[in-house]
Amino acid sequence: MKIPGHTAVGSKTLRRPHEGPWAWLAAASVALSVLMLGALIVLLSVKGLANFWPSTLHEVILDDGDTVIGVPFEQRTLPGGEGVERRYWIANRDDGGGIWRWLSVPRLASDQTPDDLVVLERRHWGTFFGRLVAVRLEGERLTGEAAWLAMEQRLKELDALRQARQQLTRDDILPLIRRMEREPSSSETQHRLDDRQLQALQARAKELRRLQQGGVLVLENSQGQRQEQPLEEVLDAWRPNAMAWYEKLGHWGGELWQFLSEGPRDANTAGGVWPAIFGTILMVLLMSVLVTPFGVLAAVYLNEVAHQGRLTRLVRIGVRNLAGVPSIVYGVFGLGVFVYGIGGSIDRWFFDSSLPSPTFGTGGLLWASLTLALLTLPVVIVATEEGLSRIPLHQREGALALGATRFETLTRVVLPMAMPAMLTGLILAVARAAGEVAPLMLVGVAKLAPQVPVDGEFPFLHLERKFMHLGYHIYDAAFHSSDVQAAMPLVYATALLLVVVILVLNLTAIFMRHYLRKRHGAPVRR
Amino acid sequence: MSIDGRLPQRQLSQASLGSRRGAVMAFSEADTCLDIQGLSLAYAGKPALKDLTLRIPRHRVTAFIGPSGCGKSTLLRALNRLHDLNEDVSRRGSIYLDGHDIHDSRVAVSELRRRVGMVFQAPNPFPMSIYDNVAFGLRLQGGLSKRRIDDVVEWALKSAALWEEVKGRLRASAWSLSGGQQQRLVIARTLAVEPEVLLLDEPASALDPISTLKIEELIRTLKPHLTLVLVTHNMQQAARVSDYTAFLHNGELVEYGPTDTLFTHPRLRRTENYITGRMVG
Ligand SMILES: Nc1ncnc2c1ncn2[C@@H]1O[C@H](COP(=O)(O)OP(=O)(O)O)[C@@H](O)[C@H]1O
Ligand SMILES: [Mg+2]
Repeated sequence: MKIPGHTAVGSKTLRRPHEGPWAWLAAASVALSVLMLGALIVLLSVKGLANFWPSTLHEVILDDGDTVIGVPFEQRTLPGGEGVERRYWIANRDDGGGIWRWLSVPRLASDQTPDDLVVLERRHWGTFFGRLVAVRLEGERLTGEAAWLAMEQRLKELDALRQARQQLTRDDILPLIRRMEREPSSSETQHRLDDRQLQALQARAKELRRLQQGGVLVLENSQGQRQEQPLEEVLDAWRPNAMAWYEKLGHWGGELWQFLSEGPRDANTAGGVWPAIFGTILMVLLMSVLVTPFGVLAAVYLNEVAHQGRLTRLVRIGVRNLAGVPSIVYGVFGLGVFVYGIGGSIDRWFFDSSLPSPTFGTGGLLWASLTLALLTLPVVIVATEEGLSRIPLHQREGALALGATRFETLTRVVLPMAMPAMLTGLILAVARAAGEVAPLMLVGVAKLAPQVPVDGEFPFLHLERKFMHLGYHIYDAAFHSSDVQAAMPLVYATALLLVVVILVLNLTAIFMRHYLRKRHGAPVRR
Repeated sequence: MSIDGRLPQRQLSQASLGSRRGAVMAFSEADTCLDIQGLSLAYAGKPALKDLTLRIPRHRVTAFIGPSGCGKSTLLRALNRLHDLNEDVSRRGSIYLDGHDIHDSRVAVSELRRRVGMVFQAPNPFPMSIYDNVAFGLRLQGGLSKRRIDDVVEWALKSAALWEEVKGRLRASAWSLSGGQQQRLVIARTLAVEPEVLLLDEPASALDPISTLKIEELIRTLKPHLTLVLVTHNMQQAARVSDYTAFLHNGELVEYGPTDTLFTHPRLRRTENYITGRMVG
């Protein structure tokens, strides 16, 4: 039944009273923020992830007979209607020219994608585009499809050999050398024993190295020029134009996995970022372990113990303002106090033998984590204090009335209830610390540190070592590589990865908070 | 009150109390549980209690009534030294529990608070399971076996008339209970540490009528076992459950006596005005 002048409640036709322009404005700003964030993620994903896709190779012939093999990247219209230009990635740095070439589109006489074009990933000189003419292996010379198969087979063997050698260096040789450096004063016999063992290991490594040699590819570039390429320097080879989509997908997955699991090559413009992922996460975890107890204790003191007078208020204001100090200032402090001050003293007291080369007196994982802990301390204190002050007085009184002392009230009722707030503080701290680069450059980040700071050698976690960091890796690849254009896809991919790492760290903390809230029966709020 | 059935030694005869009209001292010295002597209390210099002297009988229900802001809660909180944490509070006068000065420096305040339990106006269970709430005070004492704690939790919940409602879900969050159940849980939590005195500050004012009745019923069943002090702004409630009633006004003790007498033959005009509703509070 319809009553005149009444709106049916719950029906779709119900009109909200006019909200005025402010509601639209608020909605629009939310929409805009979400849109920008979405655009950021999409840009990073597309640019970063597309890099691993085996793009189709084009062989174009210009009207003057010049031939180019490359991947078209972008296109632009020349000013004044003088035609269209297309930029090709032509790789082959060893040919002398650049790895990019602008071609005038109207001048293209033919544009084909022959199946026999190959892409080689090389240790030196970067990527190669061209054709495989022949393979010389153990005195045999193979051509055609047989050459391709033989090369693929050999590449697999080489990969295994390389890994065996890396493992030998990482797990046996380096630890031994470090031990010998650390204990130069050990007995003569021991010393001779160590020496002999080292020689044996090095001989084995040399043998593995020798097994990799031999094998030459005869390649032909776009100009038809032949060149020889030692096989041991080829890391990967594929024929993108001959691949089906699922082969491409597999290749893409493999490349992505390499990016995530391997160390960088070619001055950080190629290869993977595993040491940087590891370094970032390890540093953030260490920072969390350092900042949480300090922050919580400080907040407990300010909120529960200290007399709430003018001095406490002053300290509180000071702490809040510390959160706004630029991070580079913390870096300077860390360098001066932690690295030179404390680190220098530690070196003088405990590592006297290895001076003047510093152990702790130089930037390292510990000092970086400490500096970031200091940087994020205010955030944790403020969030914890807020959580503590939100706990109703009658909860504390309930515990006190049961005969709990103030300390028992604190540890059994107040702190568990404030746990979600502490985790909120930690989430904010992690979000800030994981993206911080500036202070790290002063206190311990390295451009290249393929050895992650955790290994099987006592004490397993090497706090004094330098480490790699995703944020710094982005900066380094984007601004310090020889060819910024070429490194750009890796920059995007690394940036995406940094976002993902921070997201994962935060989600972990958020799930923990969610779980705690549920366990403590408090209404779940996100 | 005790789980082991150590029941109260001394029982007062109701008849002897009612016979002496208006007498404050209707019980003997030996039956005094709490003895308040010349107690004055001020918040940051602003007086909230003015020179109160009264004695609270053992194993009886004593009600404090009076308009809001007259100092009922302040007085109640003085009885287990909950004001200690507030630096603004200044106090004069003494309070004796079983003849011992509770402000004596040898008294451990946590022990005092265990012996003088308190239930607040708004139910304040901890954000833990029902079981953990009741076990909270026991675990503070330490050294109790798991079995013993189980037993005491069950006994306390039964004493608070909550056992039947929660026995199947002791591990559920205490905050999932209704307001009335929460208040009984808080009472159970307090009973678990076997207090001698139970202070109740308007325990039913936030509850619905049925929950209120349950609390009143509970007060009656607890009376033979421990001394109860009840703050209420509800005169009917005071008349229903208490044996003695003290009327406070502006921080002063106006009139104190057996409940029947006070409500039927108040000595002072002020008291009469208040209980007949002519004085709005
Ligand atoms: N924590 C406090 N700080 C300052 N003044 C208080 C505090 N608690 C109570 N008061 C004041 O003391 C007086 C008595 O309060 P209260 O004992 O709570 O009254 P009632 O419980 O009878 O309503 C009131 O005037 C109140 O404003
Ligand atoms: Mg009150």
